[in-house]
Amino acid sequence: MTAKTAGGGRGTGRGASGTSTDRLARLLALVPYVVNRDSVMLGEAAAAFGISEKQLIDDLNLLWCVELRAPDPYCPIDLSYEGGEITVAEAESIARPLRLKVDEASALLVALRMLADIPGLDGDRDALSRVIAKLEGAAGAAAAPSSQVAVEVDAWAGAGRAGGPGAGALLREAIAAGRRVHLSYYVPARDENTERDVDPMRLLVVDGTTYLEGWCRRAEAVRLFKLDRITDLAVLDVPAQVPADAEPIDVDAGLFRPSDADVRVTLELTPRGRWVADHYPCESVDELGEGRLRVVLRTPDTRWVRGLALRLGDQGRIVEPAELAGAVRDDAARALARYGLA
Amino acid sequence: MSRRKTERLLNLVVCLLATRRYLTAEQIRRAVPGYPDAGEAFKRMFERDKEELRELGIPLEVGSDLDGGGGDEIGYRIPPQDYELPDVHLTPDEAAVLGLAARVWQRASMAEAASGALLKLRAAGVETDSGTAVGIEPRVDAGEPAFTALWEAVRDRRPVAFSYQGIGRTSAARRHLEPWGVVSRRGRWYVAGHDRDRDEERVFRLSRIVGEVVPDGPPGTVTVPEGVDVRRLAFDRSEPVTERRPATVLLRSGAAQGPRRWARDVRPAREEGWDEAVLTFRDVDWFAPYLARFADDLVVLDPPDLREAVIHQLKSVLAGNGDGEGAGR
Repeated sequence: MTAKTAGGGRGTGRGASGTSTDRLARLLALVPYVVNRDSVMLGEAAAAFGISEKQLIDDLNLLWCVELRAPDPYCPIDLSYEGGEITVAEAESIARPLRLKVDEASALLVALRMLADIPGLDGDRDALSRVIAKLEGAAGAAAAPSSQVAVEVDAWAGAGRAGGPGAGALLREAIAAGRRVHLSYYVPARDENTERDVDPMRLLVVDGTTYLEGWCRRAEAVRLFKLDRITDLAVLDVPAQVPADAEPIDVDAGLFRPSDADVRVTLELTPRGRWVADHYPCESVDELGEGRLRVVLRTPDTRWVRGLALRLGDQGRIVEPAELAGAVRDDAARALARYGLA
Repeated sequence: MSRRKTERLLNLVVCLLATRRYLTAEQIRRAVPGYPDAGEAFKRMFERDKEELRELGIPLEVGSDLDGGGGDEIGYRIPPQDYELPDVHLTPDEAAVLGLAARVWQRASMAEAASGALLKLRAAGVETDSGTAVGIEPRVDAGEPAFTALWEAVRDRRPVAFSYQGIGRTSAARRHLEPWGVVSRRGRWYVAGHDRDRDEERVFRLSRIVGEVVPDGPPGTVTVPEGVDVRRLAFDRSEPVTERRPATVLLRSGAAQGPRRWARDVRPAREEGWDEAVLTFRDVDWFAPYLARFADDLVVLDPPDLREAVIHQLKSVLAGNGDGEGAGR
């Protein structure tokens, strides 16, 4: 009866819902959580475990019910939440939390080792290596498989002052001090170097690439700048002024979202051109047989697609829009003319 | 979710932690409320419960002690020293970076595992909510469909099989792999290991795996060779490194900004409106398409093989992107 219903809840999230085993994990953590703090207010504990106070009280009542019948009946856990304050008088064998599973130790250790590679986190490297050592120690044998997963971060940190700290470290200083920065920034889509003042907000590291998020005073909008495209960087003696209504980008929703104003570009790719589908977010990818693909990309600016088509050569071609294919053809013809071939 | 089941499992854990000797199934049935009378129903329920405890990572020890009440019958216990998380004390700066690490994973199994770990560390007394703003938000997406299956295979040292559509291949092929590690580079996931079909080290990109990754052997049968560093394995392939060569190019003034970032000896060319510069490259097949991307803002003067490769590249662009009438010109 129970196994099936419990299984149905799997994967629906932690805390509020979840399976009996998820809840058991929480109960086993709850007792030591309180024991280690002497007493905890209901609201604080509920927040720490990501559940409502009502659910928390239900959990506490369940713990209170623990009972062993043989050889002699007794209740090993004694707790109270009178006046909204949780205290545990007797917790016996579950006063300490359960050790970390391989997955749990790995998730944290892999993330910590990645953080240690981030250019802007130089100042925290010491704290990082201490936490890594402590966690490895606490996890014991469960820590070992974590070395078989790694997330690389772009090693090239962008320009800083010669011999001085890299762009990441400079930008973190600027963010901490609330200072405006001046960037020389290369835009590959337009093959342009741009100069702009930016009020820095945060550094984001998404899938191994480091970005500065900031209020661009030229665009008068929140913009992302890839650190490896910053060719020159100066921290200005001017306080940053990020407008109050500047919305930070919701990293968890994805950095780049299509807009209605985007142009749809259809490409046909040979088997050797399939990398395009891995490399760029595609609206659709269709197999055409024999390893060939048709992909549709959406972009606010088609200039980079011209560059892509020139790079693809015989690995792929633009099908639509026809004007874009024509523009690429003209690009190639003009370039060939420079070689005396037209 | 069944409250009764949670309650029974909780009682079971407390009971097995409290005992120093091994308890037989029958002793457990009598001590822990919630089990039915002895019989098939109890056996099945107890089997499932043991499985659930193991899934939670609870170390269930099986054995027998003749001195205990169980005689030589098989019994169970949870040794507290194997169950308990050792003491962890973190300073505020350590707690701050730990909190940051717990937020790194987006989606899927790794995100859940990270919050599970954080829960236990909080229970051990660690305060992860230090309020210290680190000013940096790292995220890693492990939402690739094949990721979870491959990580579990690596963790359990288990061979796998999958269909793989390689670049330049006209169809997907079945591959058999002893996975050694999973690595992300530039936001893309790769699995490295011993390819059983080719009998050598291989790297596969997760996004090119078609369909499910399935186990292809029992757990514990993959051995990662001593000294293998998965990152090295995945990327520092000992490809024959071709020598770096200089290329002389013309760059249109004020344009071709990309190559200018790497160029040396940039000087005005004889022709007005152009600069001459030197770029270094290794691989013509990679470099020619990169240069072609700058169209008529860049002209290769030397070496001849690079110049020819760029011309060839531009000709195929011209042929491919025509509207039919001009194709093949």
